[in-house]
Amino acid sequence: MDKENLIQMYYEMVLIRRLEERGAELYQQGKIGGFMHLYIGQEAVSTGLIAAREPRDRVITAYRDHGVAINCGISANEVMAELLGKSTGMSKGKGGSMHMADTSKNMWGGHAIVGGHLPIAAGFAIGDQYAGNDNITICMFGDGATNIGYFHEALNLAKTWNLRVLWVCENNQYGMGTAVDRASAVSEIRQKAEGYGMKNSRVDGMDVVKVHEAAAEALKYIRTEGKPYLLEIMTYRFRGHSMGDPERYRTQDEVKKWQEDDPIGIFRAYLAKKKIALGNDLDGIDAQVETEVQKAVEFAEASPEPGMDQLFADIYAEN
Amino acid sequence: MARITMREAISQALMEEMDRDPAVFILGEEVGVWGGTYAVTKGFYDKYGPERVKDTPIAENAIIGGAIGAAMVGQRPIAELMTINFGFSAMDYIVNQAPKLRYMFGGQFSVPMVIRAVGGGGRQLGATHSQTPDAIFAHFPGLVVVSPGTPADAKGLLKSAIRSNDPVLFLEHATMYQVRGEVPDGEYTIPLGKSTIQRPGKDLTIVTYCKGLELSMKAAEDLAKEGIEAEIVDLRTLRPLDMEPVLESFKKTNRAIVVEEGWKSYGVGAEIVSRIYEQAFDYVDAPILRVAQKEVPLPYNRNLEQAALPQVPDIIAAAKEVLK
Repeated sequence: MDKENLIQMYYEMVLIRRLEERGAELYQQGKIGGFMHLYIGQEAVSTGLIAAREPRDRVITAYRDHGVAINCGISANEVMAELLGKSTGMSKGKGGSMHMADTSKNMWGGHAIVGGHLPIAAGFAIGDQYAGNDNITICMFGDGATNIGYFHEALNLAKTWNLRVLWVCENNQYGMGTAVDRASAVSEIRQKAEGYGMKNSRVDGMDVVKVHEAAAEALKYIRTEGKPYLLEIMTYRFRGHSMGDPERYRTQDEVKKWQEDDPIGIFRAYLAKKKIALGNDLDGIDAQVETEVQKAVEFAEASPEPGMDQLFADIYAEN
Repeated sequence: MARITMREAISQALMEEMDRDPAVFILGEEVGVWGGTYAVTKGFYDKYGPERVKDTPIAENAIIGGAIGAAMVGQRPIAELMTINFGFSAMDYIVNQAPKLRYMFGGQFSVPMVIRAVGGGGRQLGATHSQTPDAIFAHFPGLVVVSPGTPADAKGLLKSAIRSNDPVLFLEHATMYQVRGEVPDGEYTIPLGKSTIQRPGKDLTIVTYCKGLELSMKAAEDLAKEGIEAEIVDLRTLRPLDMEPVLESFKKTNRAIVVEEGWKSYGVGAEIVSRIYEQAFDYVDAPILRVAQKEVPLPYNRNLEQAALPQVPDIIAAAKEVLK
């Protein structure tokens, strides 16, 4: 990976972090409604993963989707506007935090029924297989989603029909407040792919370079073999499951220990060690992000609410 | 005009649309090698091959979820549910995904998918395999729910459903595949969301659809022998619901009954009756009655099952009651 791409990944990770920190403030001020799930701590996962895709590869994820949206190239303005429910959001303010998509960026949502988007991801791959192209669908989901039937139906179909799907389990070690080993028969999620004869691996998700390498390898396998792959990415969310999380299920010590492995800090150290970017250069990017996020907040706050004509718009494609 | 069965009409519609549009393909349990559990897709596998007639695992979420995904990226899948009762296993996709994706993402994509499903009682399949849960599905904005009562309508409506850019649930009845009827020769479609008069009359209005149409037509013949002329309005599409022909007929007859095979509580009849009261109250000359399934899980035993399902004499009795 060249310097430009490495710097781009750093920029995206910081942008996700700062955007969400501001989002959390706006949520507490009551400017953002509904459920909001922060990606803070997990930025290296989607950043490294999506940097490895071709533009023609589709991305679909669960409700923790702000970071994925940024990585897919959706602007901070649009993400912030959607969070505020404004008409300038990519879903015109009708989707909110959990439902961000922009098909022009091959980002297909933001889906909030746990595991529900996995068969839909298989369906994208059915469509691409039927069309005769070699597009890959990258489907991201949490560890909690691997215990529901949708996961198993989707993986079974993907392997049986040789669908080009990269199944990405973001194992942040808790399904809401339930630790993986309290909910899953196997705590190493990648083992579940074994039952379907599906190639799989596990990677450290706090290191964006390692994630990128693992994703590139998996995508290469899928593209050339025409078969699905399951990649388990080990990560940790630094904030609660959603904004209203009392966090009774884990200790402050545990959270602190993981925060020492901050993916942004790890990546800064990597860039310095490899002499790709010095602290000063990176501080410059941080300042640039700060301005971009401030502008996004201003853009979103100044944007109009959706008009009442939008209430009945887009229910059906045909009248 | 040719006189063909409901099965042949549905089969023709599928084949004509597959020939017309390469984006159309079929997926479902036993649709291919087996030829469809109700033989609707018999011969399709040989004609179109495994790419266009896909045998799936017994996994309703994968079938309907997969169809939704393929539809979102530009194909036109027709997913077959072996019975609508198995649709409950994929309820999330039918009512919580397909009808909402377009709206929730600000119209960025649509879901041009048809789900064909068989429903209805009368074949002694027991309580979990015999339901007519149409009203449940018709509850959800964003879904189109179609249920034809004649071979001609089945063919024309299914062709429209396949061409529609919205998700359509197409409900067929398990006891009606052998029903015969006149079907126009050559290419034709029938628009979704349009009710129609299937039998003209002046004395009362019978509002019905699907199996209820078959029963109501028989009841109307018997009533005619007694000098009572029933006008039968066939809804054909439950959502979006076209009340125009219903209201027009009711304003003429001032008396109506609704015939449906599903349970009476919270059913299609409840909706129709409410709308007539809301939109034509001044024309009401008698309480509007509903003929529907008894409020029991359908039993296996033939006599018990038939006793639970609406029958022609029930319709005749209700018609006479509203004419009193």
